[in-house]
Amino acid sequence: MTLNDLNINLASVLPQLLVTGLGLLVLVLDLFLDKKSKAALGYVSIAGLLVILPIAFVTVSPEASFGKMVMADPFSAFFNVVFIIAALFSVLISMDYLKKVNVQRGEYYCIMLFATVGMMIMASAADLINLYVGLELMALSFYVLVAYRVDERRSVEGALKYFVLGALSSGVLLYGISYVYGFSGSTNLAQIARYAVNGAGGNPFLSLGIALIAIGFCFKIAAFPFHMWAPDAYEGAPTPVTAFLSVGSKAAAFAAFLRVFITAFSGVRPQWSGLIWTLSAATMVFGSVVAISQKNIVRMLAYSSIAHAGIIMIGLLTYDTAGASSVMYYLLVYAFMNMGAFTVVALFIRDGGAGESISDYKGLAARRPGIAFLMSLFLLALAGIPPTGGFTAKFFILASAIDAHYYWLAVIGVLATAISLFFYLKVIFYMYMKEPDDYQQPLPEADFTYNVALLAAAAGTLILGIYPAPFVDMAMEAIKPFFNFLAF
Amino acid sequence: MLTLNHFLILSLALFSVGVAGVLIRRNIIIVLMSLELIFNSVNISLAAFSYYLQSLNGTVFVIFNITVSAAEVAIGIAILVLVYRQRRNVYVDELNGMKG
Repeated sequence: MTLNDLNINLASVLPQLLVTGLGLLVLVLDLFLDKKSKAALGYVSIAGLLVILPIAFVTVSPEASFGKMVMADPFSAFFNVVFIIAALFSVLISMDYLKKVNVQRGEYYCIMLFATVGMMIMASAADLINLYVGLELMALSFYVLVAYRVDERRSVEGALKYFVLGALSSGVLLYGISYVYGFSGSTNLAQIARYAVNGAGGNPFLSLGIALIAIGFCFKIAAFPFHMWAPDAYEGAPTPVTAFLSVGSKAAAFAAFLRVFITAFSGVRPQWSGLIWTLSAATMVFGSVVAISQKNIVRMLAYSSIAHAGIIMIGLLTYDTAGASSVMYYLLVYAFMNMGAFTVVALFIRDGGAGESISDYKGLAARRPGIAFLMSLFLLALAGIPPTGGFTAKFFILASAIDAHYYWLAVIGVLATAISLFFYLKVIFYMYMKEPDDYQQPLPEADFTYNVALLAAAAGTLILGIYPAPFVDMAMEAIKPFFNFLAF
Repeated sequence: MLTLNHFLILSLALFSVGVAGVLIRRNIIIVLMSLELIFNSVNISLAAFSYYLQSLNGTVFVIFNITVSAAEVAIGIAILVLVYRQRRNVYVDELNGMKG
């Protein structure tokens, strides 16, 4: 192999390089700022990410680069945009939140940007080594971010649970990767696909490897029964981190899931479709049912995100461009609607845990009509009510399930959505129909950053609901090469 | 004569001990040690496959793996120190502040 065969093409990793550079810049600037003005780093990060967003959108090269380790295709460009949007929202709501809970240290933004880089590496990985390093960069950054409120007992407790289970899941994933490597003699996804064809279905190494890799990813997307870390980590973490964790980490794991299972393991699909079917159905039902009994809004959103993971998993099964592209579309919509809901939660949470309970939302419509309206919009979008993006996303996923003859899964999906209406509507009911417990209690004012985040999230949720066509086409175009590749 | 299967059985045994340790032991320090055991069991199987398949990818993966698990354990111990500062003990079952 000569140097030319490696195809070292720095342009294909330009978004990753730029976000890394931005993270390092923020880290250095941190040294020159005093404790009061750390929020400036947030603005630097936002400005940088806004510049990188269009670059990430157009960075596409058809050839795998760096010795076939990196694939900068439209698929990874799509996900890079999702990650950057999620990071933008999280940084935007972090600045005031960190001031509120009085943890103003500058490395926060830098770690958040490094987590974004990890996600981007995962989405563009064409090799299991690269995928694993990206996944760990993301996971390690999140362990630190979840534990960021070092004096808060719940933050540290959630971080420890997340760390132990996250590291265990990495170990399981790695063990699976080692067996797949042993079976195919390569860690490259295209090479693995060459060996994992129909006749290889019975190979115990391959079967065990695929099952373990699926379990490793299911930990990251918080699918039942590998969800145990999620509610505790979500509750303990600073709220902007929770939002980023539920949107970014899930999208990154699904990107890896799609790429690995469609390109590398497509030949042995009967081996894993039963496993994914069961996990998907169990996750949808479990997430929706357990969310009903939650009293804390963050925990409720955590279980709701588990239920969403179950529904998104349907799209992995259908195994056509319609299903896979609706996974991508769903994750884009989810970034907006979930970020919107978490922005409202972050606004009302005060230091010491006040504002976390669902009953704190009683009578919000009378005191903050605008915010109550937007919160209702986000919750209805999460529940899947038209004309929001949540409805179109769910519709595309369930329609692709029916086209692929997964009737029972579609039925379970619709039932889980119906159950989930109950707990989303409970919050709306509290906001509009109940009297507040205590009129005297002051409500935090939404400053400029919250208003920007809320309006952007609402605009995204509505536009994706009313006019989904260009975004769906984009996802379709991005996923198509995966299936063309199979024809060879 | 050592065959590939010997290494795989060793790796599986270490992996099982590691997973059992993470799930059963109360002391967080022992949980962290069990996690290391899991990562090293993977290293053994990767290195063994790499040798018997005469392919370098596995060896490269082992190097990356060692680096990443070092970073992982550093963060794990940092969180452990935080837990100890708050609670003056390091037992997993005392961490029950959140329910539901």
